[in-house]
Amino acid sequence: MLRFIFRRSLSSVLILAVVSVITFLLFFAVPGDPGRLSCGKICTPAKLAEIHHNLGLDRPIPVQYGEYMKGIVAGRDVVEAGDKQHCGAPCFGYSFVNHQPVWQTFTDRFPATLSLALGSALMFLIGGVSLGLISAIYRGRAFDKIAIGLSLTGASLQIYFIGIVARAFFVDKLQWLPQPGYTPLTQDPVRWLQGLLLPWLVLAFVSAALYARLSRASMVEALQEDFVRTGRARGLSGRSIYLKHAGRAAISPVITIFGLDLAGLLGGAIITETVFSIHGVGQLAISSVFASDLPMIMATVLLAAVAIVVANLVVDIAYAFIDPRVRIS
Amino acid sequence: MSFLEVRDLEVRFPTDDGVVRAVDGLSFTLERGQTLGIVGESGSGKTVTGLSLLGLHDRRRTQISGSIVLDGTDLLTLNEAQLNDLRGEQIAMIFQDPLTALSPFYTIGNQIAEGYRRHAGGSKKAARQRAIDLLGRVGIPQPDRRVDNYPHEFSGGMRQRAMIAMSLANNPALLVADEPTTALDVTVQAQILDLLADLQTEFNSAIILVTHDLGVISQVADDVLVMYAGRCVEKGDVRAVLSRPQMPYTWGLLSSIPRLNSDVDAPLVPVRGVPPSLIALPPGCPFQPRCDHAWRVPGNRCVEDRPMLRPSGVPHGDLACHLDEETRNRIVDEDLLPLWEGSRA
Repeated sequence: MLRFIFRRSLSSVLILAVVSVITFLLFFAVPGDPGRLSCGKICTPAKLAEIHHNLGLDRPIPVQYGEYMKGIVAGRDVVEAGDKQHCGAPCFGYSFVNHQPVWQTFTDRFPATLSLALGSALMFLIGGVSLGLISAIYRGRAFDKIAIGLSLTGASLQIYFIGIVARAFFVDKLQWLPQPGYTPLTQDPVRWLQGLLLPWLVLAFVSAALYARLSRASMVEALQEDFVRTGRARGLSGRSIYLKHAGRAAISPVITIFGLDLAGLLGGAIITETVFSIHGVGQLAISSVFASDLPMIMATVLLAAVAIVVANLVVDIAYAFIDPRVRIS
Repeated sequence: MSFLEVRDLEVRFPTDDGVVRAVDGLSFTLERGQTLGIVGESGSGKTVTGLSLLGLHDRRRTQISGSIVLDGTDLLTLNEAQLNDLRGEQIAMIFQDPLTALSPFYTIGNQIAEGYRRHAGGSKKAARQRAIDLLGRVGIPQPDRRVDNYPHEFSGGMRQRAMIAMSLANNPALLVADEPTTALDVTVQAQILDLLADLQTEFNSAIILVTHDLGVISQVADDVLVMYAGRCVEKGDVRAVLSRPQMPYTWGLLSSIPRLNSDVDAPLVPVRGVPPSLIALPPGCPFQPRCDHAWRVPGNRCVEDRPMLRPSGVPHGDLACHLDEETRNRIVDEDLLPLWEGSRA
């Protein structure tokens, strides 16, 4: 098992290295001059050359890549606003827009995204999967039909529609909840919960639909497995058959999708953040794109890739825990 | 009263195309310590019969009637919870493919112990010891180590042994084995059959062995029941039925088996045609469209009149066929025995 985890981690590191190279090359492949973006309206050739030098753009690309990666791992010295400054690890450079270290801006925004992602993921995972499993067990009966109808409704709705409707109804009209938004948990736990409750519910409602359908299909299939019949032939209780035997077989595909979804959410739930005025990573990424803030874009792309690779690693390890056959290969 | 008495068992599956009569009026009895072999082609209803003894059908999609009286209790009158208490305790089942019938996610020991504790209770430690004992009993070497293996770490024969150990966890009085050796190679097959016979002597269980393989039946069964289209067409003492079968379908089954002592060039004779649809059986004998001897019966009886089960002349023997005894004996003596000369399969 430990060897399995080690091998998987190693290949994840390799994948991340490849992703970083590709991202870095894309950064230089885009038409236009990154130096010009940072140069401002009155840009003399001398100033541009200085910026190029400060950003290291006058050096060969492999050297620049090495320098960038060294910054992430160990920190590096950066010339910012004419001064030479030390940018501590992990250093993703300085923003062209607010002239702050990229990492600092990112870490300011990340807790909001993390709170949103974890809260709603927990809700849609538990809600969706239990709905799906129960539907599968009562396949064809009233509960199943209602649950499937409900999940079809959820899957057909878009966040920007139901989010705005929910906000208008629960916040503006009924005033059950204060205006949604992010307050740090450490600052005011009650306000944190109140501000995130509606975004969680809306995001969970839309995603839970997918999980209900996925886990229902997967459970229906698992219930037809021969070993489930063997369990019944041995007189096992319904609980043991559904949860211990069939449930374990049904959960694997759900975990795959969940890993990717969670990683996607950590990369920023752009629409939800926008609808509920939560200043998270998704909004940061969008505004950086509009402002052509290349160091910031590069950092958000890289960190989103890290989230996905790490999520995949965790999924693989979870697989190995669930299914002993995976551990051999 | 026999230990197991099945009377007029009917199992019907309503479908969009009509009602499938998978088992259509089956009756048999079985004593403790005895083995009944049920043989037939795919779709003849033999597996459905086995499953219905444990009530493993989806109750909402299946209609069952008749009676299955085990040790004085009619299983068909029990509710799901009562039946579930008997499953794995009084009645156990061995399935065809142990790879899919065992859960890939839990160790062999865990699965054996689980079924044992469900009925016998007791500590986890005692259940684990029981699993080790059972694995040793079915001939698994180093059972105290193998108990912690997963099914995929066992060979096919080992898995079937583990499956048998699992079914024996609570010393069941009735064991239903559905094609227990079909997924195994021939040498392992013989070992598993020997094991079943040994365990039967030890536990005095009644065994129902469902198979399409007459060779398997001849090795372990006391009585044999030949099923065709959901009905019994011939049954009786296994030696009598296999040495002097009376029903054209049984003749067909025996003629389609290769024999060691037969001429290499002698053709195997398959039973021509395919089993009939079980949704709308014609009024006559269900085997008549495939039967080579229907012309010997005067009138059009095989087409118009369904033969009922009647004594065939061999010990505990019954058959459902319109051919008269004299004609049957003549066909066996003159046509078939020369063809099958020497030892049986």
